[in-house]
Amino acid sequence: MAEYKRSNLIADAPSGYCPGCLHSLATRLVSDVICELGQEDNSINVISVGCSALNLLYWKGDFLGVAHGRAPASATGIKRTNPERLVFTYQGDGDLAAIGLAEIVSAANRGENFTVIFANNQTYGMTGGQLAPTTLIGQKTTTTVYGRDPAVAGYPMRMCELLNTLEAPQYIARFALNSPKGINQARAGIKKAFEYQLAGKGFTFIELLTNCPTNWKMSPLDTLEYMNENTIPYFKPGVYRDKEAEVK
Amino acid sequence: MVEINPILCKSCGYCVRFCPKQVLSIGKTRNKRGFFYPELSDPDNCISCAVCATVCPEGAIELPGKGGENDG
Repeated sequence: MAEYKRSNLIADAPSGYCPGCLHSLATRLVSDVICELGQEDNSINVISVGCSALNLLYWKGDFLGVAHGRAPASATGIKRTNPERLVFTYQGDGDLAAIGLAEIVSAANRGENFTVIFANNQTYGMTGGQLAPTTLIGQKTTTTVYGRDPAVAGYPMRMCELLNTLEAPQYIARFALNSPKGINQARAGIKKAFEYQLAGKGFTFIELLTNCPTNWKMSPLDTLEYMNENTIPYFKPGVYRDKEAEVK
Repeated sequence: MVEINPILCKSCGYCVRFCPKQVLSIGKTRNKRGFFYPELSDPDNCISCAVCATVCPEGAIELPGKGGENDG
């Protein structure tokens, strides 16, 4: 018989996220894992700009709100000066893969010992559903009203694969949050990433495939099907890098 | 047994969709934010598997278990 109790790292109130938004599920998963590891008082959430910033009102542990895209740079300073703390950034795809591309690649390349939680919903949610670097080919947004055309807007960026070309990262994995199986795999992956960080191993990166019912203009349940049919075939879930497993 | 917190619910329907025993349904009562929240319509067949709690984005569903306090 399973047990579940909501973690006390998130507010005892509804989140600021839209109904069915998997950002709130991602936040809850991270908070659950931190509590499971007994790190409630030791964690620092580095919150960037975008829908991820709704965590500013929702997260009850230590956190820092930082400049758009610069969470990996801020987390570098926080972790280097507080090496005993569990430091992680919480970023969306517009934040991490567009404006913050230099910061994430540089931090990963340096092998900084913190964890990046990357929620990829393939759009700029908070600003009204514009094209993001991760928007799928043909996906309609407010700035690609006929769907993304690679001749004009390029191709969707796969961040796990991109970072997997670097030497330093210790753990890189992508999980889809549109099914109980994917959620449980994500929980295990986040836990592993945090454990690697606590062991001082180095940079860990977790990409979570999420949805945006409001800007995709679908019901929450329809977004889950859309993810199965469109998102997951392009952004394939899996563990891309696990240096400890390679050693074994 | 499943405990549903109506205040946190946003009526996304994920719990009803993924319940393997189909013991949950969206009720006819709105919470104070206007969302219809789920109810355990068939408690005898609930197997306490926690799938509903797993998929709930808001953490509106808990399974306290026998031991009470649980830090997870």
